[in-house]
Amino acid sequence: MPDPATATVGGFEPRIVAFFCNWCTYTAADLAGVSRMKYAPNIRVIRLMCSGRLDPQFVMAAFAGGADGVLIGGCHPGDCHYVEGNYKALRRVRLLERMLGDLGIEKDRFRLEWISASEGDRVKAVVNEMVEKVRALGPLDMPGKHLEWDKEMEELEAHVNNAQQEVPAR
Amino acid sequence: MSKPKIGFYWCASCGGCEESVVDLAEDVLVVTGAVDIVFWPCAMDFKKKDVEAMADKSIVATLLNGAIRSTEQEEMAHLLRRKSQVLIAYGSCAHTGGIPGLANQFNREQIMKYVYEDAPTMVNEQKTYPLPVSQDGGREMKLPVLHNIVRALDQVVDVDYYIPGCPPSSKLLKEAVLALLSGKLPPKGSVLAPDNAVCQECTRNDTKPQDISLTEFKRPHQIIADPEKCLLAQGLPCMGPATRGGCEAVCIKGNMPCTGCYGPVSHVQDHGAKILSYLASTAAGKEEKEISKTLGGIPDPVGTFYRYGLAKCMLRGKVSSHE
Repeated sequence: MPDPATATVGGFEPRIVAFFCNWCTYTAADLAGVSRMKYAPNIRVIRLMCSGRLDPQFVMAAFAGGADGVLIGGCHPGDCHYVEGNYKALRRVRLLERMLGDLGIEKDRFRLEWISASEGDRVKAVVNEMVEKVRALGPLDMPGKHLEWDKEMEELEAHVNNAQQEVPAR
Repeated sequence: MSKPKIGFYWCASCGGCEESVVDLAEDVLVVTGAVDIVFWPCAMDFKKKDVEAMADKSIVATLLNGAIRSTEQEEMAHLLRRKSQVLIAYGSCAHTGGIPGLANQFNREQIMKYVYEDAPTMVNEQKTYPLPVSQDGGREMKLPVLHNIVRALDQVVDVDYYIPGCPPSSKLLKEAVLALLSGKLPPKGSVLAPDNAVCQECTRNDTKPQDISLTEFKRPHQIIADPEKCLLAQGLPCMGPATRGGCEAVCIKGNMPCTGCYGPVSHVQDHGAKILSYLASTAAGKEEKEISKTLGGIPDPVGTFYRYGLAKCMLRGKVSSHE
């Protein structure tokens, strides 16, 4: 397997939206940065105050907007800065991943991980692993799919307007 | 002075929306006294060519119910858009795709094969399918075809207003018609219903606990629900907290949980995801096992959360089934 941190240019590069909580996983990503750890550049991190702030709509919007994967990072159970937020996240994610599966989104495109502020190396490992799995799955490309689905709609509007020219209005 | 012209049309729908017009009872006389109904194929004898012969924008408002499922419906939507000053998406199907939108979990070929070959009530040894174009005595006959996916009205044509509900309440219809006649309409794109959750209109709202923590989700046939107490607190998944009101919580008055037909409130973009959000967070427990067991009480998340809105889900349907 090639080193994901220096993966090939050209070909498919996964775009992964990562929602990291301010207190643990975002800090861990910061730590990975200041420790000069190299990991795949395919994630776009969005900082939330808590994984419990993750509205499932964010995940739907990310996929619909062109993300190939969504990664969620929060504090380990028992360590939430707001006591219970990560449990709320866990419940939502477990139901959401089942629903996404029913909607045809592959399991490896959506992942929840508990990563504490001291686990910079874990950020590196999780991101690299997820990027490789999503790379293997190929692009999701929802915007492209929606355009493709709507191609069946191109003809009729013109047909209605053309028919109108033949029938003079009263 | 001639009365304002109004049209009604139906696409992929069940007829319940037409019923809601009849449900106006005596008020239907107020409506018909104030307007001229120029097109209503369900109830009166008009043809498509009558509409084609009308001048553009000559209909003051058309209330179109039903989702857009076939090319015929799509064509009528374009035609009525052209002829109407105001186009109103009437009822859940036109608003958010409705029950027909659930078909977006399958593609056209799967649906056709099931209906014409695999359904238990179907005997079709010759595998006869409807032909979009066929010949009869030298004449060419054409049938509309199904689209690959079901669409809400605003995914096909420009829509001015929405009246939600499956079906909309007669009160909402009456208010909308009166608003139209008086010209006192809200900004374009508005949903003509209150922008609050069903809970706010629910007579049981006071019995809703501050924190709901459920160890088991129940289905309506499994319990005899207490008719006074919040249904969610009794373990029934009720969509009320994430669903727009305007219905006056009529299902809950009948001791049945809200199924979400009025769609989302204005600040929510994906109704199903929002329902999922609040419902999942009511599950008790902190351990994976416990949580999975509780959430297992919702066997069909897509059908539960997007019962009326899969067409307007941000993903619009099952990803792999439309390739």
